[in-house]
Amino acid sequence: MEIFPFKIQLISIAGSLLFMFFISRLIVKGKLREEYAIIWMVCTLFLLLFALWRNGLEIVARVLGVFYAPSIIFLAATFAIIIFLVHLSVINSKQQKQIKEMAQEIALIKQRSKSV
Amino acid sequence: MYKVAVIIPCYNEEKNISDVIRSVHAVNHSSLYQLTPIVVNDKSTDRSSSIASNENCVLLDLPVNLGIGGAVQTGFKYADENNFDAAIQMDGDGQHPAEEIEKLILPLINNEADIIIGSRFITGEGFQSSFWRRTGIVFFKMLLKNITGHIITDSTSGFRAVNKKTITIIAHQYPDDYPEPVAIVIFAKNNLRIKEVQVEMKERQGGQSTIGGFSPIYYMIKVSLSICFTYFKK
Repeated sequence: MEIFPFKIQLISIAGSLLFMFFISRLIVKGKLREEYAIIWMVCTLFLLLFALWRNGLEIVARVLGVFYAPSIIFLAATFAIIIFLVHLSVINSKQQKQIKEMAQEIALIKQRSKSV
Repeated sequence: MYKVAVIIPCYNEEKNISDVIRSVHAVNHSSLYQLTPIVVNDKSTDRSSSIASNENCVLLDLPVNLGIGGAVQTGFKYADENNFDAAIQMDGDGQHPAEEIEKLILPLINNEADIIIGSRFITGEGFQSSFWRRTGIVFFKMLLKNITGHIITDSTSGFRAVNKKTITIIAHQYPDDYPEPVAIVIFAKNNLRIKEVQVEMKERQGGQSTIGGFSPIYYMIKVSLSICFTYFKK
């Protein structure tokens, strides 16, 4: 009976550590900007926390009055994903604006260099 | 001499672009103002750019496709940097007859308003557009009246002239897609004076409408949202 939760705990810890290693490697290789990496690091730390602290989820669920503890994970994860998607849309809009301005500037500079 | 930039946004208009540029030169004989055609090539995939480069015009070649709003704004930026007194937006597909340009410029020279919009619906002559387009225009008329207080009979008309003060404003802030109705909100927020004059338009001579493809309902919802958001944007 005790062996199964222990197994999943090991998997969770290993998974979290692996994910953190993966993110670190992306930063070191310069493929991920630190500013985006922070949010991933924080998420991983949360995963790690609950993987190590086995009763944590039950306690949080009791405090919040949630009947079925794992549903907190789904709620939190969904919420985090939505927030992050909005964050990406904001970045996307900003970049689109920057690209537009650069394209316009290039067209104007090209014209100027031709007329000189 | 009153320097007027005639901004011609161009996306795959190889059949029309020459005629449009020449038609501008053909009416450029006033002693009051001087017209300079400025073609903004929005990364056409046809020969528009090379055809325009052989004509007497300023050619602005965009390195990527920006859509109508970004293209026209490039023209306004050019007009702003090169000290033009006014700018006219004129479609590259032959819908806007060059003979009507004077009707848009004279009220600007007389300082009757900051923006002169060429409208098809004041007296209802010439090409009147499709049923869906007219329905949308009536709807935008109501929406814009409630939001800005201005009554604009032809808010989707791209045939408009603006003075120097307006050029500087829209060189820095101009809507991206379907810019015409949304730009009216920007004009109103900057307390610019808008006037409409009757002009005749033709059916497009070739090329594709920027609205075609999408359903008209989608266009109306998108533009309505854009109008409301632009009003609240700071």
